[in-house]
Amino acid sequence: MNYDEILTIPPFSLEKDQKSKLLTARLKALTVHHRANCPQYRRILDSIGYEEDAVSTYEELPFLPVSLFKELSLKSVPDDAIVKTMTSSGTTGQAVSKIYLDKTTSSSQQKTMVKIVNEFTGSGRMPMIILDCPSVVKNRAMFSARGAGILGFSIFGAKKIYALDDDMKLDVDGLREFLEQYRGRKIFLFGFTFMVWQHFYKELLRLKEQGIVFDLSEGILVHGGGWKKLVSEAVSPEEFRKRLQSVCGLTRIHDYYGMVEQTGCIYMQCECGHLHASIFSDVIMRRPEDFRVCETGERGIIQVVSAIPESYPGHSLITEDEGMVLGEDDCPCGRKGKYFQEFGRLKDAEIRGCSDTYAAKF
Amino acid sequence: MTNYEKYVNVFTETFSVSAEEAVKLEYQGISEWDSVGHMGLVAAIEDAFDIMMDTDDIIDFSSFEKGKEILAKEAYGVRFDK
Repeated sequence: MNYDEILTIPPFSLEKDQKSKLLTARLKALTVHHRANCPQYRRILDSIGYEEDAVSTYEELPFLPVSLFKELSLKSVPDDAIVKTMTSSGTTGQAVSKIYLDKTTSSSQQKTMVKIVNEFTGSGRMPMIILDCPSVVKNRAMFSARGAGILGFSIFGAKKIYALDDDMKLDVDGLREFLEQYRGRKIFLFGFTFMVWQHFYKELLRLKEQGIVFDLSEGILVHGGGWKKLVSEAVSPEEFRKRLQSVCGLTRIHDYYGMVEQTGCIYMQCECGHLHASIFSDVIMRRPEDFRVCETGERGIIQVVSAIPESYPGHSLITEDEGMVLGEDDCPCGRKGKYFQEFGRLKDAEIRGCSDTYAAKF
Repeated sequence: MTNYEKYVNVFTETFSVSAEEAVKLEYQGISEWDSVGHMGLVAAIEDAFDIMMDTDDIIDFSSFEKGKEILAKEAYGVRFDK
């Protein structure tokens, strides 16, 4: 099946066996494709003695460390086919991943994202409040993960405002006017977890103390990008939801897990608080000591596979994040597939050794 | 102004191109029509014709010509009779 055919299947409709068959066939085909078209990838596979015939399920496919995209320019298409380069978020001085997209991969990413998110927000576009500043998407040639996230989610917005100005200050009048104009409509809000907390929640709280209250009970908030900073402020996900609800009435709140190296295949949090893998991708938790697959309920390093990437060899990656599969095909929300929890970054020391020494060989 | 003229205008204004250039445009064909430009184009088209496009149609909107086909669909009912 080519990817456009896969896209016609509802995202959370397949049981374990059907999904495994589908993903194994697609991911093996992608491995062949990248091996033929990306010389560095071919060398990696050769060096580990990869044999396609020995692979019976996608769990047995080789995986690259995500950090390899920081070290190497990995692409499986000619340079003139690349329409967009995306970079991971990184602090100043940190190396960033570079992900090269051609037309096909870029459009598959967008289509996939829409299919997945529609399963949570309902289809149809909504007035949208972007909880970030407009300058994030200014540099068009090089997209940061933040810009790419905002732009990707913008497709759900029929009319849009940026709630923050370039100094990350809440535009109170703009927000009031916007909510006035679309009163009674379902409103879509999107932002990154820390920005939502720091520049939106805290400001709403301050305003509330002055008697200025915004009603977002008709809103749906999708947020992502990690909890690291909030954990250090001792804000748990439950606390985050509770406080947002108390300050503006927002009840429909969905976190998501995803990364720029596999844009499109995001893992959305359902009504029961679980992250869900769609049929377009999967998570596999692995034991740090020998990379064997963890049992359900056992914490491990998250491997992600995605059926999308054709322009770069990123269809099977081991992340630096820790997670735990909670179950498969039986989440009370009714969606099929694995559901899981994510615990954030592993400590640097635990993975840097093996990924860096691995990368240094190429 | 006819619908066709309106449609061409959206392109010329969004991407700062001439009408002759506009009719040949494809997504990612010029630097202005990238993914950021695309969302601007969609917003401008929706304003010009007072419609709301489907997400699928936004993704499929890959050229000036393809866009005409999409807008002519029943859901939007934009007619391009000259």
